[in-house]
Amino acid sequence: MKRRTLLGGTIAVVMLGLTSGAVAQQPPIKIGMSMPQTGGLAGGGKASLLGIEIWRDDVNAKGGLLGRKVELVVYDDKSSASETPAIYSKLIDVDKVDLLFAPYATVPTAPIMPMVKQRGLLLIGNFSFQVNSKVGHDMWFNNAPWGPPDSWAASFLDLGQKAGGKTIALLAADQEFAQNLAKTAREVATKRNMQVVFDQAYPPNTVEFSSIIRALKAAKPDIVYVASYPPDSAGILRAVNEIGIGDNVKIFGGGMVGLQFGAVMENLGSLLNGVVNYNSWLPEKSMYFDGTKTFFETYAKRAVAAKVDPLGYYLAPFGYASGQLVEQAIKAVGSLDQKAIAKYLRENEHKTIVGPIAFSADGERKETAVLQAQFRGVVDKNIEQFRTSGKQVILFPEKLKSGDLISPFEAARK
Amino acid sequence: MFSFELLLDAVVIGVLLGCFYAAVSLGLSVSFGLLDVPHVAHPAFLVLASYAVFFLNEHYGVDPLLAGLMITPFFFLFGLAAYRLYYETFEKRGSDAGVRGIAFFFGIAFIIEVLIILQFGVDQRSVTATYVGKAWRIGDMRIPFRLVVAFGVAAALTILLTLYLSRTYMGRAIRAVAQDQEALRLMGANPIRIKQWAFGIATAVLGIAGALLIIVAPVEPTLDRTYIGRTFCVVVMAGLGSMSGTLVAAIILGVAETIVLTLFGASWAPAISFAMLLGVLAVRPQGLFGRLS
Repeated sequence: MKRRTLLGGTIAVVMLGLTSGAVAQQPPIKIGMSMPQTGGLAGGGKASLLGIEIWRDDVNAKGGLLGRKVELVVYDDKSSASETPAIYSKLIDVDKVDLLFAPYATVPTAPIMPMVKQRGLLLIGNFSFQVNSKVGHDMWFNNAPWGPPDSWAASFLDLGQKAGGKTIALLAADQEFAQNLAKTAREVATKRNMQVVFDQAYPPNTVEFSSIIRALKAAKPDIVYVASYPPDSAGILRAVNEIGIGDNVKIFGGGMVGLQFGAVMENLGSLLNGVVNYNSWLPEKSMYFDGTKTFFETYAKRAVAAKVDPLGYYLAPFGYASGQLVEQAIKAVGSLDQKAIAKYLRENEHKTIVGPIAFSADGERKETAVLQAQFRGVVDKNIEQFRTSGKQVILFPEKLKSGDLISPFEAARK
Repeated sequence: MFSFELLLDAVVIGVLLGCFYAAVSLGLSVSFGLLDVPHVAHPAFLVLASYAVFFLNEHYGVDPLLAGLMITPFFFLFGLAAYRLYYETFEKRGSDAGVRGIAFFFGIAFIIEVLIILQFGVDQRSVTATYVGKAWRIGDMRIPFRLVVAFGVAAALTILLTLYLSRTYMGRAIRAVAQDQEALRLMGANPIRIKQWAFGIATAVLGIAGALLIIVAPVEPTLDRTYIGRTFCVVVMAGLGSMSGTLVAAIILGVAETIVLTLFGASWAPAISFAMLLGVLAVRPQGLFGRLS
């Protein structure tokens, strides 16, 4: 009798479990990653993570994936490349996560690529630049809008050429990322028979840019392509404002890192006017897709509490989009089989809050969606102004365009 | 691409930049040059002063230079406390204090960096003032006002410190303690108190130098690392403890840097300070304006 009761009870519990309590009893789907939360990349890392967290909360509110809740396992990599291999080993072997997201930026991502390839794991990239070009991992998908490596420089030089530019000056920081940009710009310029009249790499600890800008001005270029890092971007723009750059310059900027972050933009204020620079997302009409507006409403509220970039345009929506990519793939495949998810991601176009995303064989975007936008009518010390459209007018790509280039540069600065 | 105009421009900007280097090195010329304290936290103190100036400018609209003057008394007290801590924990204990002192000051520098990050975050900060972002036009040449301000402040600081060290009782005592601490003790003076006072003066100077730092360029918490090499280079090249020497050495460095930057390429510029330092030490081990002891 007792045994029968026990058996009956067990069956009842199991049945109950299979019907109503399924979500509660299944273990969560764990997505593991490291993220720079201290160190030089922390500003971007924190904003990116907040984007991913907003996606997690949204997807869990809708009942999770495959009937399971989504959980993030996140460690701080301190912006350091030496931290990430150990963190990802732990995520894979100890935490036994189901899926991996890469940390923000190139430097912390590069050292984990061989390991991820060797173990045959899917990795969603987070704004790294060309980390898979030599590794050739076929389960790598980058959320960044870069596209083919030369499209970044090509789009900027295109705009310059259309404005009548024939000669080019290159000013790049002496570090890998900026040098990669300068290299592609040099190649594109050669292909188009554009003469490079000034080509300098400045050391990362340069204090004063007056002399460099003076020498650049003396070379009388039509197009000035700058690949700089945040501390230098401010120094360069200040020197340009004081020394002047010459009336013949049609277009200035291109690859200046830092001008995408709220605090830096607020600091620079009117010095930004006229600069044409790369970006990933901007509050122009053409940039709103299904869910974008709702995302930024949530982000704006949570950014205050999280003390991260109040604008969050550059990285946060792409963090959310990473989540959307795996969400759609898992739903379509119906399992967590990483090979099947990778196959789905490679073969289909995916709807995200940053627009449709399709991947080429190397895991980068099929088509570039890097924006080239011109700062206009920016005033000093006002971060709220950047939330309105028209402050950064999109000139490229054609289908997202929201205005035309004002040239020459000196005219656009007024 | 050589032209006389560019060369002239490089020299003028170089002199002004050199004056800025002098202003940020003068404090170190006292603390390291005269007192033999291995003060590697000097640039961290400098960045801390910049953030204090930023705070006053951002929240109360105080002019950066005035803010620099306002914080000098606090930096003087901070210097007194820092030296006392250093003396009690390291210098008092013996001959290897120098090496361990470096560790002590590195520790202080890291603590300052972390405190700044906790309070102000990792973003760059800058100040607003009428002389920031404008330039003075002479023919084709344009000279940024912020560098002209650096020139004026550096000149004033050098004159004041030189007069203080040569004309006042306390100033002469500081030079005496630099020469022979034991002799001073035999005369009944307390060398430690004099050194503490001098360290306070050296730190107070950083208040104004910190204001210059944030006037010349935006600051971020780890900026001190950029200045460790340059400031020590200037002080050693000048000949330890010479104020006017510091100004001249910094100007030489500034001019050399901008000429290389303008005419030969930016990549070579950082090597210049150390190449010149090695050159000077090979020919004149006591530095350009130092005296052989």
